[in-house]
Amino acid sequence: MNPAVLLVGLVFIPLVAALVAVILPVRFRRPVALLGALAWPLLLVPLSIAVARDQTLTLVFGGWTPPLGIGWRLDALGLVLLWVHALAGIAALPGAWHRFGPKVVAAAPFWPLWLILSTGVNAALLAADLFNLYVSLELTTLAAVALIATDDGIAALTAAMRYLLLGVLGSLMYVLGVGLVYAQTGSLAMDQADAAAIRDVALVLMLTGLMVKAAIFPLHVWLPHAYGNAPGPVAAIMSAVVGKVALVALWRIWFQTAADPPDLLADLLGLVGAVAIVYGALAAYMQPRLKMVIAWSSISQFGFLMLLLPLASQTAFQGAGFHLLAHGLAKAAMFLAAANIVTVLGSDSIRHLPGLDKRMPLEAFTLALGGVTLIGLPPSGGFTGKWMLLTAAWEQQGWFWLVLIALSGLMSAAYVFRILALTCFHPARRAVHELHARPPKITSLAALLLALLAVIIGLYPHPALELLGRGLPGGAS
Amino acid sequence: MSGEVVFVLAAAAIFGLGVHGLLTAGHIMRKLLALNLMLSAVFLLLIVVPARIDGLPDPVPQALVLTGIVIAVSTTAFALALMVRLFRRQGHAAIHPDVDPRMLGHVTGRTSAGPQEEHDRGSGSR
Repeated sequence: MNPAVLLVGLVFIPLVAALVAVILPVRFRRPVALLGALAWPLLLVPLSIAVARDQTLTLVFGGWTPPLGIGWRLDALGLVLLWVHALAGIAALPGAWHRFGPKVVAAAPFWPLWLILSTGVNAALLAADLFNLYVSLELTTLAAVALIATDDGIAALTAAMRYLLLGVLGSLMYVLGVGLVYAQTGSLAMDQADAAAIRDVALVLMLTGLMVKAAIFPLHVWLPHAYGNAPGPVAAIMSAVVGKVALVALWRIWFQTAADPPDLLADLLGLVGAVAIVYGALAAYMQPRLKMVIAWSSISQFGFLMLLLPLASQTAFQGAGFHLLAHGLAKAAMFLAAANIVTVLGSDSIRHLPGLDKRMPLEAFTLALGGVTLIGLPPSGGFTGKWMLLTAAWEQQGWFWLVLIALSGLMSAAYVFRILALTCFHPARRAVHELHARPPKITSLAALLLALLAVIIGLYPHPALELLGRGLPGGAS
Repeated sequence: MSGEVVFVLAAAAIFGLGVHGLLTAGHIMRKLLALNLMLSAVFLLLIVVPARIDGLPDPVPQALVLTGIVIAVSTTAFALALMVRLFRRQGHAAIHPDVDPRMLGHVTGRTSAGPQEEHDRGSGSR
């Protein structure tokens, strides 16, 4: 059997499960959604074997050739992100199961939306043409906005609204660029045959649109509020994959669609990434709430992913891809731990952190392990990713990027250690604090396992690096 | 040829107006109207520009626009529903342009998570 047929399952299993969940009474939605959310990751095992063997899988639906038909393609980069999606999604399930039980009003929309988010993310990772990418990204954004709004507070609703408005602005800029590309080349394929005809206007429009969706620095304003106010499992899955899907699309357009993007633009976007790294880390250091610290740290860490554009070598791609993987796992783990802290303490204000290592040791440990990956300490996965990026900068004698990447570890360390020092060493360790009911232990263990995984991939980086080694940078390097 | 230029310029102007409206309007309804204006500009461009490749109309952009309209309608409907929810919760339908004071604050000392915050969290998991 052609393994490419399995790609259908990645999109249709969560989609069908979502539709079944919608028509069922509320109390059946949770188990059906759980089945759906656990079923599609199983397909990744045979797909990984197939991708490791023949690099890319392609599938064209019903014999309708693109541009009218829908074509899908799975490459190494898509596979890595699918794994992040699967692992973070599974780790978020215990917390979601606990929080969105049948008696909770928000559970009725939550479970179908959760599956639709998975559908959109998987479809966006598989999309082989620019327009299907738009449709999938739109589906992802709408599902993510609705998931944020399952927390009925004003803060969450406002964050959801802002994310929706900016997200749609981003996708409109993107689709305007796609229209221009089609007008110039007569093709919607992601790897354009006549790439030289693509004008800078179209390229800049598409990149800007995707940068809004990926929350790259000057266009990041929606992210901290959205992640900081979303329910825990939603923040976890969003930080792990939703922004990164747009970023992967940006890479693909940069390296595959545009033949020879101008160097000036590459340096400019790299510089934007550099500012994002510094600004995000400083802002994370100043936040009064744990979830906001983690959210701002995402903006800083996304900056590294933009450094791929000026570095543009195979080593840099391996580094950036690995960073994507490690950051996704660590960040999801930290948000899940923060969600448990919010549940128990009733707030995630950092005032309440002192002494937390005694009361919630698993959560404190998860935050520390995730922090190790964010800083990029060996042997974590974050170290491998940053080390590869450093190597790439060294090879190209890009001293600015070299110094930046080296210093960024210190800045990440500042906000991570602020949290850890407050938790473990603050003199005012509050002896008594009103505690709410503790969520089941499995939610803590799931977050801890995910954070451990982010460290373990640093010990065994070869499978992922080898896969990524055959990936992106094509014409541009 | 010149006819096309008029349409393209119109699309660009409408898109620009929409961006301006989206970023400056206060009421969410106005923002959504601006968003729909931008959508119209994109659709106009998609229909007009590819037609010049040869004399015959190209079916692909029309299929794209049809898909785009479906997405636009559902996005607008969803945004309106979200606006109504926001209106019911806070009593008016505007997004506060100022930065939420809870997001600023200083390192430890005085914060932030006041009673409003607790209330918001609590009502999330009714």
